[in-house]
Amino acid sequence: MAENLIKPENLVYEKTKVLTDRVMHYCPGCGHGTAHRMLAEAIDELGLQGETIGVAPVGCSVLAYYYFDVDMTEAAHGRAPAVATGIKRVFPEKTVFTYQGDGDLAAIGTAETIHACNRGENILIVFINNGIYGMTGGQMAPTTLPGMKSSTSPRGRDVATMGNPLKITELIAQLPGTYFVTRQSVHTPGNARKTKRALKKALEYQKLNKGTCFVEIVANCPSGWKMTPVQSNKWMEENMFPFYPLGDIKVPE
Amino acid sequence: MKELRLMKGNEALAEAAIRAGADAYFGYPITPQSEIIEYLMRENPVERTGMIVLQAESEVAAINMVYGAAGCGKRAMTSSSSPGMSLKQEGISYIAGAELPCVLVNVVRGGPGLGTIQPSQSDYFQAVKGGGHGDYKLIVLAPATVQESVDYVKLAFELAFKYRNPIMILSDGIIGQMMEKVELFEQQPRLTEAPEWATVGKKPGRDSVIVTSLQLQSEEQEKVNLRLQAKYREIEKNEVRYETHLCEDAEYLFAAFGSCARITRKAMEMAREKGIKVGLIRPQTLYPFPVDAINKLAGQVKGILTVEMNAGQMVEDVRLAVNGKTKVEHFGRFGGMIPSPDEILNALEQKIIGG
Repeated sequence: MAENLIKPENLVYEKTKVLTDRVMHYCPGCGHGTAHRMLAEAIDELGLQGETIGVAPVGCSVLAYYYFDVDMTEAAHGRAPAVATGIKRVFPEKTVFTYQGDGDLAAIGTAETIHACNRGENILIVFINNGIYGMTGGQMAPTTLPGMKSSTSPRGRDVATMGNPLKITELIAQLPGTYFVTRQSVHTPGNARKTKRALKKALEYQKLNKGTCFVEIVANCPSGWKMTPVQSNKWMEENMFPFYPLGDIKVPE
Repeated sequence: MKELRLMKGNEALAEAAIRAGADAYFGYPITPQSEIIEYLMRENPVERTGMIVLQAESEVAAINMVYGAAGCGKRAMTSSSSPGMSLKQEGISYIAGAELPCVLVNVVRGGPGLGTIQPSQSDYFQAVKGGGHGDYKLIVLAPATVQESVDYVKLAFELAFKYRNPIMILSDGIIGQMMEKVELFEQQPRLTEAPEWATVGKKPGRDSVIVTSLQLQSEEQEKVNLRLQAKYREIEKNEVRYETHLCEDAEYLFAAFGSCARITRKAMEMAREKGIKVGLIRPQTLYPFPVDAINKLAGQVKGILTVEMNAGQMVEDVRLAVNGKTKVEHFGRFGGMIPSPDEILNALEQKIIGG
């Protein structure tokens, strides 16, 4: 009987205490839940819960502060790197992260992103790239692929009139202020584990005060892409990864 | 020990920020207030008090850095001039919504748009009526001297933490740029203990601290608005500040604030020499506005002339305060032009006495 097996001594895995018990509002199959969990576990395993201050964005993860059991500030759309700068400058000994989507980080907040990275703010920026505006209902994002359909590119993104998708991660990797830049995903257990390793590295590097660590997570958006979770992961592998290849982009020398 | 110095308004204000025990200044250069960040960078207060100073990439970034630092329970401030203050309005609304303390300085120049770099008072509405989106208020302090610019920095931080509200010092290009004798207050200690609402890292046994202005449930957002309104009523009860000159026997009244009140005072003296019994009320807080004081004086005088370096902004609040009791007219120069005492006296005679 299953209930006989549920005993503390049989536990091989449990929910990290850095996630609250609150039910997440994310759509079924969305990558945010796993991304949250990887970051929370990384904070937990490094023993940083009591010294971490997070900054939530505007977008699907606007309510991230309900799920991470750490002190958090909710920033205006795109301004999280500036808010995090203010926090880190007055509390240089604390661990500070932002958690931002593509519209927040690579469209409205491009200036704040680039300049925080260029100053080498000793913060972690977690960038969820799913190529669409999820919260507002599936509009075109700065990272929407050429030809990809959205509610504001209903015939597919036409780069001649709508511009090109922005590879902001490659862009900020060029800046001397960034220390560790990587692109990961959370759509398989193996990839999720790699993401967690990257996040742990980034959090450890923050203690070195060597510059900004930037972890992009290419994620699916079943609702915005109008696909089932399984379809969306397959579509992501076939379409997003060729354009946004996974792997480290800048590693400490 | 108090210290007497001859200082430029902007530099004196910057020195006052260090002495008020500020923890952080974030700013972006703009005329006519760049001396504030220049002075701070030169003075390097991190060595004097530990205060950090950072030049941001934009006014937008600067106000959001203030938001982050203020959420940590620190004394944070920024300064700018009119076009830059417009850019900060989004962040100010968030700070007001999240109920964080901070100090904002607007050394006003003429507008709209890029306008002029010369002094103006045309941001009165923006300062006292909200400025950004949503129902919120700033406490607005209007210095008329370099001395007041200095004293109001200390006062602003006190009020900011008392009410957990952003405070604006509404200065202008005259006060920012002119040199005057100023008595500097003694160095105040920086804050050592973080308030319980500050993000400092979650401590065992307490819930995580969340700094936010978001309430997706209307019922909850209405509660936030009601709480803010209750706070503003409290501020209106406690924090009205104004000065009156020669109002005891006044038959007419000038109302003016900031640098313009100083010129108006000269016009008042010239009028008195001509036998015109005119007084002056100078609001030192533009919000909360001295409604009761003006209403009382309205029952005594035959007319009120507001003198402003704008096209008529404070005059609306004076009319609301007067509530029809007496005639209220406006005289203004704008676009960077400064009224002369002669012009003001002439306006009093034309618009109020003869009108």
